[in-house]
Amino acid sequence: MSDFKQSAQTAESSGPVLDIQGLSIRLPPGGDRELAVTNASMTLMPGQTLCVVGESGSGKSMIANAVMGLLPVPKVAPVAGRIMFDGQDLLSLNEEQMRTLRGRRIGMVFQEPMTALNPLMRIGDQLGEVIDSHVDLPSDEKRKRIIAALTDVGLPDPELLIEAYPFRLSGGQRQRVMIACALLLEPRLLIADEPTTALDVTTQAQILVLIKELQQRRGTAVLFITHDFGVVSEIADYVVVMQTGVAVESGPAAEVLQNPQHPYTRKLIAAIPGGQLRKPNAAPDAHYVLQVQDLCKTYRSGGTLFRKGREVQAARNVSFELRRGETLGVVGESGSGKTSVGRCLVGLAPFDSGRIVFNGRNLAQGEQFRRAAAGKIQMVFQDPYASLNPRHRIGAAIAAGPIAQGVSREIAMARTAELLGLVGLGADAADRFPHEFSGGQRQRIAIARALAMEPELLVADEPVSALDVSVQAQVLELFGDVRKRFGLAMVFITHDLRVAGEMCDYIAVMQRGSVVEYGPTHEVLTNPQNPYTRQLIDAVPRLSRKPEPEVAA
Amino acid sequence: MTIKNGFWRRFCRNKGAVIGLAVLVIAALVAILGPWLAPNDPWDMVERPFLAPMGGPGMLLGTDTLGRDILSGVIHGTRVSLLIGLISTVVSLLIGVSLGAMSGYFGGWIDAALMRFTELFQAIPSFALAIVLVAVFEPSLGSIIAAISLVSWPPVARLVRGEFLTLRQRDFVAAALLAGQSTPRIILTQILPNAISPIIVMGSLMIASAILLESSLSFLGLGDPNAMSWGYMVGSARTVLLQAWWMAVFPGLAIVLTVLAFNLVGEGLNDGLNARADGRTK
Repeated sequence: MSDFKQSAQTAESSGPVLDIQGLSIRLPPGGDRELAVTNASMTLMPGQTLCVVGESGSGKSMIANAVMGLLPVPKVAPVAGRIMFDGQDLLSLNEEQMRTLRGRRIGMVFQEPMTALNPLMRIGDQLGEVIDSHVDLPSDEKRKRIIAALTDVGLPDPELLIEAYPFRLSGGQRQRVMIACALLLEPRLLIADEPTTALDVTTQAQILVLIKELQQRRGTAVLFITHDFGVVSEIADYVVVMQTGVAVESGPAAEVLQNPQHPYTRKLIAAIPGGQLRKPNAAPDAHYVLQVQDLCKTYRSGGTLFRKGREVQAARNVSFELRRGETLGVVGESGSGKTSVGRCLVGLAPFDSGRIVFNGRNLAQGEQFRRAAAGKIQMVFQDPYASLNPRHRIGAAIAAGPIAQGVSREIAMARTAELLGLVGLGADAADRFPHEFSGGQRQRIAIARALAMEPELLVADEPVSALDVSVQAQVLELFGDVRKRFGLAMVFITHDLRVAGEMCDYIAVMQRGSVVEYGPTHEVLTNPQNPYTRQLIDAVPRLSRKPEPEVAA
Repeated sequence: MTIKNGFWRRFCRNKGAVIGLAVLVIAALVAILGPWLAPNDPWDMVERPFLAPMGGPGMLLGTDTLGRDILSGVIHGTRVSLLIGLISTVVSLLIGVSLGAMSGYFGGWIDAALMRFTELFQAIPSFALAIVLVAVFEPSLGSIIAAISLVSWPPVARLVRGEFLTLRQRDFVAAALLAGQSTPRIILTQILPNAISPIIVMGSLMIASAILLESSLSFLGLGDPNAMSWGYMVGSARTVLLQAWWMAVFPGLAIVLTVLAFNLVGEGLNDGLNARADGRTK
């Protein structure tokens, strides 16, 4: 026993923290492939960050779960290879032994901070639970440790916070609590599975800085799972690129990013939007498709006769104009009101005051709004899984709109076939159901459905945020194509400034319901006037790492 | 095609459901072919009263207080019981689905008014209400079906309302609105097909409870005096339970088997229909 400890000690001081060799993980029979992960190898040294990058379904999260022993065995189980953690093969340990490692020697942070905390437990209790299950500490010592951990992750008023329930915290704050939780017992290894994906860019930037800083201070090794090469360049020392379960490329971060060898890596890096800022049209069309003046929208909730309810101003005096063939990007973080503005523009939500003028006609509220627009204002939704009726065949779904507007069935079906070809799907797609298509294909179908109405204004609400980067690039290209071909005016709602810069002629930056900056794309992005815009732009993870500022001695 | 096969595969995985379905198929055949299968007219006095099962030639299940053939009664009762179960369920589904759909789709004061109306029915014990309704009108097949339908639609309305409340928030409904589709069209073609699975499951369970309700009414003497039903047979055996156990046991067994079969099938339908209910499964 003492021998074993000895060897673990020596491994701790010099060797790799985590050494995965030839790991293969089996999928249950009937899956889309036999092995979720095929013969993957990677090494993580103390104090360094290893990023595993890949698109959805690449098996990157499987590796993290295998290290933690969280795979749903026996359906999904490692079938070959070793996972050496401090000189110990994790795959040979039983559940009891794994439990002593989890939380104490290996910490984990999950993707969705909103669901990772128990909603009925105070923050302090949740962290206390981690301590209780591994070490025996007197309660005042425990309290001290918890407060220190919360202070460490930069949370304000930790003394008060330990008494609070999770619902009082924002997504970013919850993720900080999760990180505090994972680092509480000073583990050697921190596994972070897409920890910033569900967060806004500015919050993401803060969390990345926090992880990096804590790591430098404590020498923790970090295994970081992500799909975003921007994040990789911010945080990684080493990179492993995964494609359908195979590690296709690995190496030091700078090398892989600047000089990618494998075609798949090159494709992924090329697919990152924001290479070029779109220049506005030199000779703009004189016709204004859309004019919005002083649009206001307030959500009220929970009010009674005697008490005033909570009010959220989703739009405060929002004004902009849009000519034919132009695209306006509405950018902002979650809760900025950009989606509410989008829903007002298409008539799905009523607005309180202001005017929406479409083709010179003032549009009234609700039912009349949609009748007056006569289907010429269309929308592409964020979630391609929710925006298609699972019980309707694709062809019928696309043709239903024109038929409702009085187009004959034959003409509508012919147009449907034509549009399916235009968005890059075969005509046979018309007879199939949505569940037979991938997310990217569904978004193409949604675009075809919108185009079937021959719209003049297309409102796209985060149309690519649910898609992988390479698919995202193709769908953006399709948007560009149809805009040119049909002379569409587009309102493009997005949280991603890189996408907005590539797609839009004008950008309106929204913060808490107000447009804080509005102008041509290249002016807004290269010379931002508003401090909030500047903050947003700085927070975007960039591929080219800025030179590290010299640390003052 | 693939959807159908998947449904059958999942349905058949539930062994109980397959057995239940087999029982139901037999019951349906008996109901349809009843008059040709039954050896005697269920109302005819064909033997001496209180004949025990196997007690006489052709009297497999014995006779009742008046010497009527129990087997023929059970066979004829199948038709009455299934008929009442099916029709009353269809009627209460019609009421429940339309009220629930309107309530969930339109929301606001329409929802509030319809739900208060529904609660009015839910607040009264359903069996007591059914007794009163049948007693006020003459006990006949029609009035029994009406009474059962009237007391069993509120849970359907609740269920459908809940489904509609969530489904109408989906983006595909918004897309249909933007395409200018009419409200009835959206309700019937966009939302209802997505809510149909739980309705079907609930319907199968409602048939079972309707059969029970009819039996209970008949047991209390509120059955149609001109229809030989299982509940009526059990009811008439009540006073002579100690002398002639077979009079209550065989129709009772028929009720138990049928109700159990409907419940098993309902569970199987739930398994079969649920897997792709939200369409997110790829």
